[in-house]
Amino acid sequence: MARFTPKVVTANALIEGDVVYLTADNRWTRRHDEAELIADEAQAQMRLAHAVAQGNIVVGAYLADAQTGQAGPEPTHFREVFRTRGPSNYFLGKQAELI
Amino acid sequence: MYSYSEFDEAFVRARVAQFTQQVARRIDGSLTEDEFRPLRLMNGLYLQLHAYMLRVAIPYGTLNPRQMRQLAHIAQTWDKGYGHFTTRQNIQFNWPKLPDVPRMLAALADVGMHAIQTSGNCVRNVTSDHFAAAAADEIEDPRPYAELLRQWSTDHPEFQFLPRKFKIAITGAPNDRAVTAAHDIGLRIVKNDAGETGFQVLVGGGLGRTPMVAMTVRDFLPVEDLLPYVEAVLSVYNTLGRRDNKYKARIKITLHETGKEAITKMIEARFAELRPLFGGNDQALLADIRAAFAPPAFRNAPVDAYDAFYKADPVFRAWADTNLAAHRNDQYAIVTISLKAHGQTPGDATADQMRVMADLAERYGHDELRVSHEQNVILPHVHKSDLPAVHAALMQAGLGTANVGLISDIIACPGMDYCALATARAIPVAQEIASRFNDLKLEHDVGPLKIKISGCINACGHHHVGHIGILGLDRAGVENYQITLGGDGTDDAVIGERAGPGFAYDEIVPAIERIVAAYLALREGPEETFLQAYRRVGLPPFKAALYPAEGTRDAA
Repeated sequence: MARFTPKVVTANALIEGDVVYLTADNRWTRRHDEAELIADEAQAQMRLAHAVAQGNIVVGAYLADAQTGQAGPEPTHFREVFRTRGPSNYFLGKQAELI
Repeated sequence: MYSYSEFDEAFVRARVAQFTQQVARRIDGSLTEDEFRPLRLMNGLYLQLHAYMLRVAIPYGTLNPRQMRQLAHIAQTWDKGYGHFTTRQNIQFNWPKLPDVPRMLAALADVGMHAIQTSGNCVRNVTSDHFAAAAADEIEDPRPYAELLRQWSTDHPEFQFLPRKFKIAITGAPNDRAVTAAHDIGLRIVKNDAGETGFQVLVGGGLGRTPMVAMTVRDFLPVEDLLPYVEAVLSVYNTLGRRDNKYKARIKITLHETGKEAITKMIEARFAELRPLFGGNDQALLADIRAAFAPPAFRNAPVDAYDAFYKADPVFRAWADTNLAAHRNDQYAIVTISLKAHGQTPGDATADQMRVMADLAERYGHDELRVSHEQNVILPHVHKSDLPAVHAALMQAGLGTANVGLISDIIACPGMDYCALATARAIPVAQEIASRFNDLKLEHDVGPLKIKISGCINACGHHHVGHIGILGLDRAGVENYQITLGGDGTDDAVIGERAGPGFAYDEIVPAIERIVAAYLALREGPEETFLQAYRRVGLPPFKAALYPAEGTRDAA
């Protein structure tokens, strides 16, 4: 079996559609570096189940690869990097809102 | 132009009311996402990478100024001030918030527009030639048939749960500007030997992961057989189409798995059953629709001012040479407004730009606007004497780019800047190619060249039919771009050939530059276009230009 790599739980907010991440204290944050970085596979599945159960707050929860960074967890795949900031053609989305 | 009948109006209003309730029930928790998702998709509402996205249909690409202004109003009020015109004659708003969507739909209904059937496994927006009713080469305006198909397919109870989505395109001109051969059904208006009008019917075209050029199943279908025949095709597809495998569910696969002969027989048999059920009401309706598409009252006035301006002003001349097309009335021209300013996002217009285009259509364009699958906006009927004024107004609004049909007039899907399905970005690749060739001041020398970019294998950016096609993929966690060459989306549709291994994000623009340099070096003269040159010499010289290191290795 493939070795488990660290994950964060991510989804989109039901009302705004914004990308959100699950924190260790059960909040939904817009900031990737505030997310809970989960190193254990069983724990990741439990946290995902917790997220899926909040279907009236968030939509489409899934586990995304992440790693430890300077300010907190950082995404490893480019798709997840784009989700932390917004589109590249305009200064819109998180890159404009989370300064 | 067609305006809603009381039935259309009542239906769209009822749907807005329903969806308003559905959104309320989703927000208060009465509906789960699994329950809500098919309802929102039926109404064009997607959840994308960063936000919701609302896809609004622009049936057969035709808009009036009031509608264009309403799109501007929606962009400004509930979105971030712009809209994205797509490759299927839709407009997408990229940032709506869920509670605002019912108001957006109500605002659309106010001007006879909606987002119904812009998603899901149903008959999607029927697309058409964006030069319809204006082009000099046209046999007949295809839009009355497109409108008939729209009315027939909207909420058609038998075809709401097809095996997969279903796209119909129709053209009235022999020069196919609607990519009909890449649609589930492509209709081309033709005349038979007796001089009667009918349709050449193509079935089973499509791009995506299995690109196919459609096959002709009828060389001549009489006009009055249109609805029963299309219904027969859909009915056979609905029965045979594979629901077990999403990737094999489109009619192109059904056709190939069943065989053209067998499926044609089944279509004809079903048609024989259906034909008698159409008692002529469809033809009465068609007659009413036709009346709504009566041509405008063209002005009869001198065009000397245009000729003088053309001679005197080189900027105007460059624009006129690329952005105007021949109108069937020789005092008129078809104006293509480029939404491809160098370095900008293909197909995007700000709310202010939409208003400028609406004003110009009202003042100089007989109240008509079109959007093209090539992501530009068209003023189909402009008297030549008004062209200098139109050009000046467009320049002021950042809409005067003289590049239609050139290398910077790129089709690009939203790609991974917006789309949840994308595997790589498309928009910045388009922006950088356009900026690069603008810096080189080469594009007018290069001449007609269509680059089309898709950010995933679903091919919304039509890369298979680009003279140069670019497909963005995720290769081991890195964006990677594959190049296809020699594709063509016109009447002689051809799927491009893959050139070889893909290129990294920072290698793709130089790779395109090498292709263009190779073309300039090998063409027989400026009159030989890229596509003609490619057809003459084939892939090898371009491959050698793309992969020079490998050539050296082979030689050694």
